Amino acid sequence: MGLLDYFKGFAVPFKVMFERRVTTEYPKVKRAKAVRHHGRHVLSRYEDGMEKCIGCELCAGVCPARCIYVRGADNDPDDPMSPGERYGFVYEINYLRCIHCDLCVEACPTEAITESKLFEFSFTNRQDAIYTKTELVVGDDGRPQQLPWEDWRDGDDVHTSAWMRATSASGSAAYTGRVSWSGELGYGVRSAEPVQRDADDDEPAVDDISIEPHDAGLGGTDHDHDHSGGSH
Amino acid sequence: MRALFAADPLFSGGFDLGVVLFVIVKALIGFTFVIVGVILMIWFERKVISDMQNRIGPNRAGPWGLLQTLADGIKLIFKEDLSPDRADKLVYKLAPYLSVAPAFLTFCIVPIGGVFTGGGDGTVTLFGKTTYLQVADPPIGVLFLLAMSSVAVYGVMLAGWSSGSKYPLLGAVRASAQMVSYEAALGLSVVTVILLSGSLSTHDIVAQQASGILDWNFVATAFIPFAIFCVAATAELNRPPFDLVEAEQELVGGFHTEYSSIRFGMFYLAEFMNTITMSAIIVTLFLGGPAGPIGPGPEQLWPFFWFTVKLLAFLFAFVWVRATLPRFRYDQLMDLGWKRLIPLSLGWLLLVASLRVADDQGWDRFLVVGIAFALGLAAAFLMMGAIRVADINRERVDA
Repeated sequence: MGLLDYFKGFAVPFKVMFERRVTTEYPKVKRAKAVRHHGRHVLSRYEDGMEKCIGCELCAGVCPARCIYVRGADNDPDDPMSPGERYGFVYEINYLRCIHCDLCVEACPTEAITESKLFEFSFTNRQDAIYTKTELVVGDDGRPQQLPWEDWRDGDDVHTSAWMRATSASGSAAYTGRVSWSGELGYGVRSAEPVQRDADDDEPAVDDISIEPHDAGLGGTDHDHDHSGGSH
Repeated sequence: MRALFAADPLFSGGFDLGVVLFVIVKALIGFTFVIVGVILMIWFERKVISDMQNRIGPNRAGPWGLLQTLADGIKLIFKEDLSPDRADKLVYKLAPYLSVAPAFLTFCIVPIGGVFTGGGDGTVTLFGKTTYLQVADPPIGVLFLLAMSSVAVYGVMLAGWSSGSKYPLLGAVRASAQMVSYEAALGLSVVTVILLSGSLSTHDIVAQQASGILDWNFVATAFIPFAIFCVAATAELNRPPFDLVEAEQELVGGFHTEYSSIRFGMFYLAEFMNTITMSAIIVTLFLGGPAGPIGPGPEQLWPFFWFTVKLLAFLFAFVWVRATLPRFRYDQLMDLGWKRLIPLSLGWLLLVASLRVADDQGWDRFLVVGIAFALGLAAAFLMMGAIRVADINRERVDA
């Protein structure tokens, strides 16, 4: 070991000085979120404005953090809230307990509860931490409601307000492995994502996932197999 | 009285109110210089070290985070000032001042400007008064530096002792042992410089180096005393890699563990003020201080510019060392100090001294250097032998 080797260590921090910084200056700049980012929930509605939730409490049952409280009630036949027999009369999520595991989303038989990409919501008291149905149900344009303490950014509600199925939709073997979407208010029915086999190949996917988030027009490409959420 | 203030031409015409005011203003400017320097140094250190660690560093307060230190200072002032029940209250409160005062006082003897090259005597004339660009130029100059760095040990030691708590006490014991050990090497390497300049006054030391880069003491004393001084100064400052005093993993915060609020801030201030002061002292003793070529423009600005450039180079080097080297182990620290730096600086001092004598007596320089190296080697072997025997004896006792 030569004498100069002692000084090799000094070259390391000096070189680092001129390297590119990898820091994202968070409040100013935000990194893009993952496509399947688990954020705060929304309760979706059908294209005709009906709520999808039928008050079955499966989400509450599956929740490992026990943060969901649901009470169902019978629909008024003259003025139904949901297309089914019952609807979610009370729906509350306590965000001080929620771990965003998405099990409720998987459990939901009607694709009512989904997760948006929003995770920056800093309420300042415990009452605000409990989101009731008033806050969770999407607005008439199909977009999630924006509460004063929530920091929504562009794209946080894109590709999240509908339920995704990685398994065969409607039990048809032809659609195994294909992620498809259910029809919903404000978004219509989106075309399915390419199957993973295609995405892994270099060849272009069969049908792309270019979606206009507020294009309320129904895509209709895979409408015939995508109404398992209940027909009405 | 005149002798005490030495050669500064400010006092050649006796004392009157104008002179006293002038001195007060000089002291105030010097103090402001150091305080602003510390504020910028803390920012500089944080910025550079973050650059070296691929981070961004402070960038919230002010442009490029320049006001971060100011914000921290204001925060510290408004924080609760706690003192432990078992603390020796008087000493506990005195210690921070004992740390800050020497740091500033040492800076007083550093010439920060004045034209030395081309026959200049390093003076400026302002408002009809001619003076040196340093707050004071005592004839004991460098001794004052050594005295002040010894007083600074008291600040650290008393802070740790008076806290009435175990970690500060351990930190203080380490600090005093370390600072006392390295003071010897520090002093011995300074003596080499004094041998060449023939004066303790910092002004004279700078003036003696002014004629060119070959006269700068780090060349004239052949680098070794400069290297020793830099290492010893780093240890004296308790900066990494010699920061055992505040080794967080072992001692929480070291001697200032129990301090909070602005009292803690003062230790922080003293630490960085000492860094600036020590860099300034190194520049003065070994790199010709403000001496340097005078370019176009106002000639009094150039020495100040050269001084600042040299100072910045050292401040950067201190940060660079901190970013690079891991902390020493305690026995390595003591080994380096006592078994290497002190013998080496002592040997080098003797070599330089014998060369001076050789020049006076007209002896052959090469012969003197040859004999000196032979004697030095013999001494080194003897010492290594002594250390080895001591090691063997210790093992025998342990076994």
